[in-house]
Amino acid sequence: MNRFDYLRPASIAEAIAAAAQPGSAYLASGTNLLDLMKGDVVRPARLVDLGGLPGLDRIELLPDGGARIGARVRNADLAYHPEFSRRFPAVAEALLSGASAQLRNAATVGGNLLQRTRCAYFYDPASACNKRAPGAGCDARGGENRLHAVLGWSERCIATHPSDFCVPLAALGAVVEIEGQAGRREVPLEEFHLLPGETPERESVLAPGELVVALRLPAEAARFAAHARYVKLRERTSYAFAVVSAAAGLRIEQGVIAEARLALGGVAAKPWRARAAEAALAGARPDAASFRRAAEAALAEATPSGDNEFKIELARRIAARALALAAIGTPERLPALPASPFAPVPGAPLHG
Amino acid sequence: MAETASATHVRHGSSIGQPLTRRDGVLKVTGQARYAADNHPPGMLHAALAVSSIARGRVAALDVAAARAHPGVVEVMTPANRPPLAQDPDDKNGPFVFRMEALQDDRVRYAGQPIAVVIAETLEAATEGAALLAPRYEAEAVETGLDASDVFIPQMVGPGAPAEARHGDVEAGLAAAERRVEATYETPAQYHNAMEPHAIVAAWEGDRLTVDTPSQGLAWAQERIAGLLGLPPENIHIRSPFLGGGFGSKGVISGPQVLGILAARLVGRPVKLVLRREQMYGPVGHRGPTRQTLRLGAGEDGGLTALHHHVRTATSRFDDFLEPAASVSHTLYAAPAIATTYDAVRLDTGTPLFMRAPGEASGSIALESAIDEMALECGMDPLEFRLRNYAEVEPMSGKPFSSKALRECYAQGVARFGWAGRPLQPRQMRDENGLLVGWGLGTATFPALMFQGQARAVIRRDGTALAETGAHDMGQGAWTALAQLAADSLGLEIDQVEFRSGDSRLPDAGIAGGSSHTATAGIALHHAGADAIAKLTELAMADQRSPLFGAGNMGVVARNGRLLRRDDESRGESYADILTRAGLAEIEGRGTGAMDPAVPEHYATHSHGAVFAEVKIDPELGQIRATRLVGAFAAGRIVNPRLVRSQYYGGMIWGVSFALHEQAVMDKCSGRVMNANLGEYHVPVNADVPSLEAILVEEHDPHVNPLGIKGVGEIGITGTAGAVANAVWHATGVRVRRFPIAIEKLLV
Ligand SMILES: Cc1cc2nc3c(=O)[nH]c(=O)nc-3n(C[C@H](O)[C@H](O)[C@H](O)COP(=O)(O)OP(=O)(O)OC[C@H]3O[C@@H](n4cnc5c(N)ncnc54)[C@H](O)[C@@H]3O)c2cc1C
Ligand code: SF4
Repeated sequence: MNRFDYLRPASIAEAIAAAAQPGSAYLASGTNLLDLMKGDVVRPARLVDLGGLPGLDRIELLPDGGARIGARVRNADLAYHPEFSRRFPAVAEALLSGASAQLRNAATVGGNLLQRTRCAYFYDPASACNKRAPGAGCDARGGENRLHAVLGWSERCIATHPSDFCVPLAALGAVVEIEGQAGRREVPLEEFHLLPGETPERESVLAPGELVVALRLPAEAARFAAHARYVKLRERTSYAFAVVSAAAGLRIEQGVIAEARLALGGVAAKPWRARAAEAALAGARPDAASFRRAAEAALAEATPSGDNEFKIELARRIAARALALAAIGTPERLPALPASPFAPVPGAPLHG
Repeated sequence: MAETASATHVRHGSSIGQPLTRRDGVLKVTGQARYAADNHPPGMLHAALAVSSIARGRVAALDVAAARAHPGVVEVMTPANRPPLAQDPDDKNGPFVFRMEALQDDRVRYAGQPIAVVIAETLEAATEGAALLAPRYEAEAVETGLDASDVFIPQMVGPGAPAEARHGDVEAGLAAAERRVEATYETPAQYHNAMEPHAIVAAWEGDRLTVDTPSQGLAWAQERIAGLLGLPPENIHIRSPFLGGGFGSKGVISGPQVLGILAARLVGRPVKLVLRREQMYGPVGHRGPTRQTLRLGAGEDGGLTALHHHVRTATSRFDDFLEPAASVSHTLYAAPAIATTYDAVRLDTGTPLFMRAPGEASGSIALESAIDEMALECGMDPLEFRLRNYAEVEPMSGKPFSSKALRECYAQGVARFGWAGRPLQPRQMRDENGLLVGWGLGTATFPALMFQGQARAVIRRDGTALAETGAHDMGQGAWTALAQLAADSLGLEIDQVEFRSGDSRLPDAGIAGGSSHTATAGIALHHAGADAIAKLTELAMADQRSPLFGAGNMGVVARNGRLLRRDDESRGESYADILTRAGLAEIEGRGTGAMDPAVPEHYATHSHGAVFAEVKIDPELGQIRATRLVGAFAAGRIVNPRLVRSQYYGGMIWGVSFALHEQAVMDKCSGRVMNANLGEYHVPVNADVPSLEAILVEEHDPHVNPLGIKGVGEIGITGTAGAVANAVWHATGVRVRRFPIAIEKLLV
């Protein structure tokens, strides 16, 4: 690990000024950043610790039914907030399906949004990686890429964004509140992360020094509370990143889908909102055939980026599953194995 | 044991057989157990390895100046200034001696090989110094897979068994068979990943060296280090009271450990060197990958007519360790004709090494899968088929088993698991949520081995005793089980016996490997205690003042710190009285533990077991979970049932890992392991093994050694891995022959 300066500013303005200097990085809980530093993947000259900033650790439940979450709120605190998880159960389920209890107790909202890809070549400084060193090439392209992207990837980079939390956030139309030297601005979460294109090193819309201060869930997002689920396919029962995942929310009126929300995880460099699928579901009956059609629409543009063709069909199936579970209804309490295919399904069995 | 902090145990009769909790448990859960890296001698410096990122070629340049200039860096050790060794680290000068990289030259032979050591005042400075070396390489093309070009036929596999073995005429047996199965299975490279990384703290005083380092073989380690340094072994003092797991990777001294010693020599101060997790994927061994082809023939009645087990495996380009995966086929099923054969390739990796159940683990998952495939071919229940081919004598050698309660294992496992009523055909069972359910079975087996070990026992005038042997507690519970054996050998309560272990100055206890440590070190302690008691008895019987005077042929028994006349237990006296009257402070006994060479000549010695697995699988998504495991094992005398059960659990979890989780993912171009961390190198978490049961099946072995102790440390993996694989087939109807089983293979 390189030698670096460590700052713990007491105000947001001070933090932004410090972080605008080249070579700076914000430090939240460090569960991702410090690992990257220890592995020599990133070598910031200056860490700007967010720990001393006031007001970033609040969960505000807004009177209109929405919520505002400070960037330093811990993943576990948010997931276990009773009223928050009542309004946004799929978000709580996604949070609790991520990482391990220890990590969730540390990891923050802002850090989760801005966590880096898990592409093994990105983590290996000896490999060529356009994200780490623009123009160097992409060793994942011809390498071990079984879990890489099937949507929105480019020749330059085929990495995925690994967050679970961001998937229901994208589905529910969350908004990111950003503060920078130029002032405050808001960006829909759906537009917050960038696809790689020609510049995979640019992962979000944040300009140097810009700080995520909060995340807002709009009031209408709570209208899906009765039919909202997150499902995550993993290679072990817990403590693993998603192979593919999906968040689904439905508003069902008189046996018909009035409005649907669907986003996929583990398939692209950003949480993937499936608007075509949502459109296909509006006005449809909540049955297996509609869900399969929606899933097909969600993956219509998908192409393998390597040895990962299977992920396309898996993504369809996980999308259909999330929708089916959402249709059955949000369970009374979150299952002990959140987002797991092994969590019991309330009511009728799902499979033939 | 100087390190004991334990609760008092109530003993009912003998200590052996009591389910004592770990005597070092309190130390461990309170953080007081001192592992190698917890030692900080005064003046100690920190060393960090710089390792190669290429897998083959040479180091062309290192920026030593940049590293040296970094604040806190004291010295950079490269081949140019590394203190001399008395032996070439590439000399193979004895059995179990592996070539190692100790900065002898600029060659790189695998990714992750040490190429320099940076020594600094702090770990951070040393680590950054290593990064600043920014090596440049001349790289050569690498070979990484089992399809590499230069195939050879090895003469020996594993630690020295003949590679090829034949019994009967396999081709004739196959030709005569009514049914045949031929199938090829693949297992990946796996890494030991002990929780505690290899660590060493080395301190020199003149030409005497003290090292704190985890070791599963103190005497070997001492000899190897002494040989390399050109010093008498007694100058090397190794302390290894606790290991945070070893699984074979701490069985031999590795290059990085030697480099820690050389770094301390170079700077003239104590040095600590701890491998980073990713540095454990190169210089400290791994389980070699295999591709195994099984050819089975069976008659109409389901009796095997032939079994051919061919193994392709891989070793490094510069040394040999070949995973002896076919050896399970020598012992398990009664085929009249058996052949086991090997070929191998050389890869640009570190040399493979024994890893928990070396050979048996990889071989068992293939053999148990193939046996199930043949059972299906014959239309038989997998258990019925196994019983039909039950080996009454060891099939390969024709020798009787010294003991074999496998039938009992099957019976108890079947009853506990509820195997009855299992449909023969796959994809027949669902749970209440509609998940696919499958049941599978695997037979577990592991040889009962012994190495050579010594022990010393001393009875003291105060009536207490000391027992010592340089044994190794990798976490399995040697501190406890061996003390139980020692206490019984001395006729004392366990708390009256001071037990010393884990130090190279103590008698050589033999290597803690091959599931043999309790037997080897335990029998040595047993004999040492008996020897001390015998001497004490002689003393008493020869003394007219003793109530035991002239007991002679009648003999005496030792119990509760007293010697009693066997023919009249009211006549006896305490150890303390005997020694006091004789004016002796103590009396010493010595003992050896080793297998009587006559035993393997006449008997096949193995532990056995039967493992039953239930898996559930999402029919659309393919995600797999081993929801229920029941293992029933027979391994002779059980010294401590609590510890033994925990060994079986650990083994069974490892079996789940083998079937479903574990593999090193190697980049084909660079030869680097791409998942060299515990986040991505998956092993089961608790949620993956929600229900585990281990049944201890009673077994009396009158032959294997005087106490009838067989091994329990490795057998749990065998059987389990195959049981899980077979359950996956039973749930889905898809036979996956490449492990770990990937979800995409199950998508139908
Ligand atoms: C072993 C392991 C398993 C994991 N498994 C999962 C999983 O299954 N699912 C999942 O979703 N995640 C998983 N994670 C990732 C985990 O969620 C992230 O590490 C965590 O959310 C990061 O939060 P942090 O507060 O520690 O961020 P840090 O590590 O402190 O920061 C991460 C990045 O965000 C930036 N940053 C932080 N806060 C802000 C802010 N307010 N404004 C601007 N930039 C900011 C930092 O500069 C840094 O670049 C896993 C992590 C590990 C180590
Ligand atoms: S996929 Fe992206 S992150 Fe991975 S190596 Fe290629 S450029 Fe780097």
